[in-house]
Amino acid sequence: MPTFEYAPAPESRSIVDIQPSYGLYIGGEMVEPIDGTRFKTVNPATEEVLSEVVAAGPQDVDRAVDAARSAYDGTWSRLSGRDRGKYLYRLARLVQERSRELAVLESIDNGKPIRESRDVDVPLVAAHFFYYAGWADKLDYAGFGPDPRALGVAAQVIPWNFPLLMLAWKIAPALACGNTVVLKPAETTPLTALAFADICQQADLPPGVVNILTGAGDTGRALVEHPGVDKVAFTGSTEVGRQIARSVAGTRKKVTLELGGKAANVVFDDAPLDQAIEGIVNGIFFNQGHVCCAGSRLLVQESVADELLAGLKRRLTTLRLGDPLDKNTDIGAINSAEQLAKIRLLSEVGETEGAERWSPPCELPGRGFWFPPTVFTGVSQSHRIAREEIFGPVLSVLTFRTPAEAVEKANNTPYGLSAGVWTEKGSRILWMAQRLRAGVVWANTFNRFDPTSPFGGYKESGYGREGGRHGLEGYLDV
Amino acid sequence: MSERNGRLEVRKTYKLYIGGAFHRSESGRTYEIRSADGARFLANAALASRKDARDAVVAARKAFSGWSAATAYNRGQVLYRVAEMLEGRRSQFVDEVGAGEGLGRADAEAAVDAAIDRWVWYAGWSDKIHQVHGSSNPVAGPYFDFSVPEPTGVVALVAPPASSLLGLVSVMAPVVVTGNAAVVVASESAPLPAITLAEVLATSDLPGGVVNLLTGHPAEIAPWLASHMDVNAIDLSGIDDPELAAELETAAAENLKRVVRPPAGNATEPDWAADPGLERLLAFLETKTVWHPVGI
Amino acid sequence: MTVTVPPGLADVTASNDTLRRFLHGLPGVDQVGVEARAATLATRSIKTTAKAFALDLAIRMVDLTTLEGQDTPGKVRALCAKGLRPDPTDPSCPAVAAICLYGDLVPTAVEALEGSGVHIAAVATAFPSGRAPLDVKLADTKAAVAAGADEIDMVIDRGAFLAGRYLDVYDEIVATKQASGDAHLKVILETGELATYDNVRRASWLAMLAGGDFIKTSTGKVSPTATLPVTLVMLEAVRDFRDQTGRQVGVKAAGGIRAAKDAVRYLVVVNEVAGDDWLSPDWFRFGASSLLNDLLMQRQKLTTGHYAGPDYFTLD
Repeated sequence: MPTFEYAPAPESRSIVDIQPSYGLYIGGEMVEPIDGTRFKTVNPATEEVLSEVVAAGPQDVDRAVDAARSAYDGTWSRLSGRDRGKYLYRLARLVQERSRELAVLESIDNGKPIRESRDVDVPLVAAHFFYYAGWADKLDYAGFGPDPRALGVAAQVIPWNFPLLMLAWKIAPALACGNTVVLKPAETTPLTALAFADICQQADLPPGVVNILTGAGDTGRALVEHPGVDKVAFTGSTEVGRQIARSVAGTRKKVTLELGGKAANVVFDDAPLDQAIEGIVNGIFFNQGHVCCAGSRLLVQESVADELLAGLKRRLTTLRLGDPLDKNTDIGAINSAEQLAKIRLLSEVGETEGAERWSPPCELPGRGFWFPPTVFTGVSQSHRIAREEIFGPVLSVLTFRTPAEAVEKANNTPYGLSAGVWTEKGSRILWMAQRLRAGVVWANTFNRFDPTSPFGGYKESGYGREGGRHGLEGYLDV
Repeated sequence: MSERNGRLEVRKTYKLYIGGAFHRSESGRTYEIRSADGARFLANAALASRKDARDAVVAARKAFSGWSAATAYNRGQVLYRVAEMLEGRRSQFVDEVGAGEGLGRADAEAAVDAAIDRWVWYAGWSDKIHQVHGSSNPVAGPYFDFSVPEPTGVVALVAPPASSLLGLVSVMAPVVVTGNAAVVVASESAPLPAITLAEVLATSDLPGGVVNLLTGHPAEIAPWLASHMDVNAIDLSGIDDPELAAELETAAAENLKRVVRPPAGNATEPDWAADPGLERLLAFLETKTVWHPVGI
Repeated sequence: MTVTVPPGLADVTASNDTLRRFLHGLPGVDQVGVEARAATLATRSIKTTAKAFALDLAIRMVDLTTLEGQDTPGKVRALCAKGLRPDPTDPSCPAVAAICLYGDLVPTAVEALEGSGVHIAAVATAFPSGRAPLDVKLADTKAAVAAGADEIDMVIDRGAFLAGRYLDVYDEIVATKQASGDAHLKVILETGELATYDNVRRASWLAMLAGGDFIKTSTGKVSPTATLPVTLVMLEAVRDFRDQTGRQVGVKAAGGIRAAKDAVRYLVVVNEVAGDDWLSPDWFRFGASSLLNDLLMQRQKLTTGHYAGPDYFTLD
């Protein structure tokens, strides 16, 4: 029988214009660092150097926080909600207008497939700005009392897995509520944040309302610990979240944290099987598994486990791994050498622990950071690969017998970000949803996000919610 | 609207807007629109008949299912686009509002700017009203119980007589943002901004039939809308005759339409520039409550 | 040729009750999930060599169709000539898989297609509604086969299906298969009338248990006709059926597929859901008429490099 080979279908890079070097975006301008130094950012799919960006130093952080404070006192806090909303609408529109450029840039800097950045990330970015634009002049109706006030200057530190989307999740509600921000994108993914700085300029956003400081852990720490900051918002690892929680102790800073997860994706024997398989694939292999709410533990009812696994393995053989800029790529590059090392390490641990490892046949490109989709079966709760967040395309499969057992196993983790439930029975969906200790429950679907839908964790997955009416609370003095 | 700089203008024809297209009245009638001081002839506006009203209701009903099924995000996007188009036509609106209401330039600009901003305000409600007006209800039993707002259907509106753009926008936007379809009777004496608004709607991705605009005599048309059995709600804001308003409300009772009465007090219009609150959004929403057991 | 229900499933057709329980015990289909999967597959970008492969394959999979009350021998002859040589300017263009027409016009097609290898698919069993006594439907089938049709496209009794009389539907398919002799049988489910994906899955299994060689989406006379998600569900069904029984059944998507781009999307779905083994005219068909010209236009654009126009392709 003939095989249908998909020819390369590359998205053109010519739409992006990456400068050889970037400064910091402070007070409405791109400025040279005072005490920061420069470092390189690479394309994880090819290891080519893309640009040089600044690791902001403590004086740069001071400057940025001052700029944000001046903008808050002098301009932003004096604007009506209506006018804040109009600025946010401009930002939303500009993101839409430049969506192709942003999507390509995101894929180049992050390693995620262009199909995802084009069809998921960037549209959600625009939608977040639109949604919160509409709240800016309606805060009286948000359920927090009449005329709720902003907090002031927000320090925001975001991860590398959804760079521009995480930026939108932070900046949109903060500005809508009347705060000004200093945002630090992740060390390995600064470029779309810097493009966003350009968008702020195109929108004529008053200087200092948004400030972008590139850098790594030190910059983040300096920013979060800065005394001139009223609010800290962080998305990243639980370990760093813990450090932040300690550092704000005894201060008046409000903090929200969105941390790690080890979500259980629970499949019952009456699940719509083909769609459940899609949901499992989506849950752990979408975005190369670099998702805090990834369905990294498959809890399948024992009576249907064999059938489900056979279908899952067959489905995995059609996943396409490769060049993120190829429109047909499903699985892109791992974001960094460091992350790849962690994934490899934990996968070796999985084998050592006695779980059975399987991957579909997969050709990995020569250069760049790559890991094939991997499934571990015969996993127990006590295995490290069932407890620790791998943050890669690695699925651990466990079984259960009854709904109660499924709940128990799903909840038996210090994390509590998300969970999935697959069954045709509505009452069971609701029963499970009630009992799962997770901030987001997906039923018969997975990894669905919307600006109107609050997202956030229980337990060590953090506190506070982003999205929806609830997402305003973290940026208001209520 | 005479010659400027020695150049003869191309004058505009003002038609009805039904089902996404511009029609003259099926009756062939028009009536004269003059500037507020009566000094200048501005245009002949179509004089809508009961048949035009009937056709408008059919168009609205047809458009309702698609518009109400669109995502809230999509409706918000469409309405925001309308605002962009309004902004682009700002000076045309300023001319028409000024001439029709007898306002000086500064006041006309303020009214138009307020109308555009009002439209933007309502556009932002499309995906938030559910969060403010919906709920999950903690019933005393093993049930998941939730209430959601849904658009009521086809809404007839009589626009305010004096505030020809801001007042118009203030009654129209809250109806459509939540998914209803509208049949609007414009201000009798100052209908031109309404027709220009219809042109804006026609170029804004708003599906045909979601808003239908009739110009003419509200006293002639409104009774046909008030008694129409396929209209779900009627907004009588533009009826400044209390007796007529009462008659219309009585006629509306036949199929239990939801009725928004004209503002209380004298015939002077309310301050359309004030914060509208949620009243007009909620007036055209039904609440649906759903129960579902919770169990294994 | 007698129908043998696959071993292990023989009890399933013992009564309407057992058949009903089997069909209703198949896994459900989540509408939102399946439509999302189809939409993602539709984003595949098929270019250059892949596109050339897909276009040629699609042409070879077309059942070029005319099913009008006003059909005449003249019309049928023209269609046959088109099906044999779709692009008069390019002899390298492959012929279509079959001509699909009403049974009474089969003799004209037989004459026109003699020796060509292009099949003759006759619709039968009181197409498109299927509302006639069984003996009439079988006579319709036999007449078409006797006249020379080597494929029969039958319709299931949707009324019986929706009323839950599954065994009646099954028995009719079995009888039609028998009446078809050596001709291969396509079973039209009329998915637009079945309304839910669950029903599509059940009807697919029912048709395959009864011995159908192909399952087909639609008559083309009722809207909605073929859609990508419906076809996806049917491809899952034939895949699962082969896994369970060892017998391979084909899929035909009919109606509403007018653009080459859509046809290519269907082939992507075949490829990624059922697999290579279905990528041939023996196992997948398009029931279409105007699709052919769009395939030819796209094919011409690949070879010449510029966009084509309709004047350069014959209407039939």
